[in-house]
Amino acid sequence: MLTDKIIVAENLTKKFGDFTAVDNVSFTVNRGEIFGFLGANGAGKTTAMRMLCGLSKPTSGKGWVAGFDIWKQSEKVKKNIGYMSQKFSLYKDLKVWENIRLFAGIYGMKDKEIAVKADEMLNRLEFINERNTLVKQLPLGWKQKLAFSIAIFHEPQIVFLDEPTGGVDPTTRRQFWELIYHASGQGITVFVTTHYMDEAEYCNRVSIMVDGRIDALDTPAKLKQQFGVLNMDEVFQQLARHAKRSG
Amino acid sequence: MNQFLSFVKKEFRHIFRDKRTMLILLGMPIAQIILFGFAITTEVQNIRVAVLDSSKDISTQRIIDRIDASKYFNIAQTIHNYDEVDKVFQCGDADLVIVFEERFNENLIHTGKAQIQLIADATDPNTATTEINYITSIINSVQLELMGTNFVPIQIIPEIRMLYNPQMKSAYNFVPGVMGLILMLVCSMMTSISIVREKEMGTMEILLVSPMRPIYIVLSKVMPYFLLSCVNLTTILLLSVFVLGVPVAGSLFWLILVSFVFIVVSLSLGMLISTLAVNQVAAMLMSGMVLMMPVLLLSGMIFPIENMPQILQWLSNIIPARWYISAIRKLMIEGTAITFVLKELAILLFMAFFFITVSLKKFKIRLQ
Repeated sequence: MLTDKIIVAENLTKKFGDFTAVDNVSFTVNRGEIFGFLGANGAGKTTAMRMLCGLSKPTSGKGWVAGFDIWKQSEKVKKNIGYMSQKFSLYKDLKVWENIRLFAGIYGMKDKEIAVKADEMLNRLEFINERNTLVKQLPLGWKQKLAFSIAIFHEPQIVFLDEPTGGVDPTTRRQFWELIYHASGQGITVFVTTHYMDEAEYCNRVSIMVDGRIDALDTPAKLKQQFGVLNMDEVFQQLARHAKRSG
Repeated sequence: MNQFLSFVKKEFRHIFRDKRTMLILLGMPIAQIILFGFAITTEVQNIRVAVLDSSKDISTQRIIDRIDASKYFNIAQTIHNYDEVDKVFQCGDADLVIVFEERFNENLIHTGKAQIQLIADATDPNTATTEINYITSIINSVQLELMGTNFVPIQIIPEIRMLYNPQMKSAYNFVPGVMGLILMLVCSMMTSISIVREKEMGTMEILLVSPMRPIYIVLSKVMPYFLLSCVNLTTILLLSVFVLGVPVAGSLFWLILVSFVFIVVSLSLGMLISTLAVNQVAAMLMSGMVLMMPVLLLSGMIFPIENMPQILQWLSNIIPARWYISAIRKLMIEGTAITFVLKELAILLFMAFFFITVSLKKFKIRLQ
């Protein structure tokens, strides 16, 4: 196993009863890249991602995240990843600062370090005046940005983002991607699921899941070339046409 | 440790910022104690009295007149045979029966002693006690008057019989009952709701992805409610001692220790419910139906267990509050030593162990 392969999945399968949510999936993610994990609703993206994060046990297959086995070393995996889920997941009845404090504390950071880094982060986001605002009073776009910043606050090797931009306006989505690039620039590998095809263009490489399998995996440029189309949306349409599960 | 503390702090913030829940949590025990407290001292009026006067002399007539004159009592009927007593109660014709012994006046004058039997329907023990107290005080005042006119020390000895609930066990029933109810409510319902809320909001995912160990997540969830329960326990004890005058007859130490065991049982039940319920409403309904109703109806808090049909008596055995209430009744009201409560304590300890094991097993580290 090479160290520049930060995620390795080998024949990962997840079954719920008779239903095979993820069907024998294999892929690798390189250190430092932005990896787009695409697919229609119900294609199995979230399930695959959850297995890598240790939220869900694979039915069969192997996987390594940040060099640790997802079967045997899930504790170590957890220390090295950040996670932001589909549902917005900061505590709404806690203040901005208290949320930062809590999650940093859970990841074992020291108080002094937290204070310094939190100010730096809030300044960068231009949130410093909202330090003591309850999270529920923030607009959705701000919350998403804050959730992302908290997910990478402990400087994980990889951050998993599960449809982070759902329901957000285009301007905020652009700003959100600027944050992702900033994180990537600091050497954090970004693993992001989305169904916005324009966002796929921002990724270094993308994989497209259909019915629990990965049907395509390459850079956006090469995929467009391979399918002879002009944008990622058409690539996706061509692949999704064969899907049996409804979206 | 730092991890754990920052999490506990967060739990407290959740509770303190939710003003309504706070009010319910801390206000409920006070409201309940006061409500039940007034319920027990409610004045009773228009008590229907049946008289069995085997003597029919001046003194008995005097007593009967005085009773009839009081605003609390009405002489409803006169009976002539002791066998009729039961019938009178069963037909609902009287709440109280007074029986004078034969040759009442003669005995009073010659021996200085005479007996009256007071028979009350104690299915509602609170009312029965009040009735008996009122009527005894009337008899006492007549006794004083008679002493004044005769210049002889005389004594009317009332013999009290409580029908249907002879031990009058439930006189102070409600204090242990409220303790059981409140602790169960705070611990089980609140814990299960707060864990399920994290699942619903999606924050549980974030916690499970973090390196925080699931056992710490559970412990820190449970911790604030443990402390709140202790506050409630203190409130109830203080109120019942100083406002209602219910003494702590037994050992305070054991009383608190047994309460801790019960709190642990309730907390682990709450955890168990949280692993079964999908959302907050379900958690609330489950704690309501599975916990509250049985506590109210089957724990002996309101209805004496001995009077229940056999099958319900068996059922009441699996209700933790039944054992807790029984233990508290013995320790607090009757003032018995801990050695008489060992059975209850053992059962509660076993239940705590059982529920903790099951709920920890069921608490999923991974979501699926």
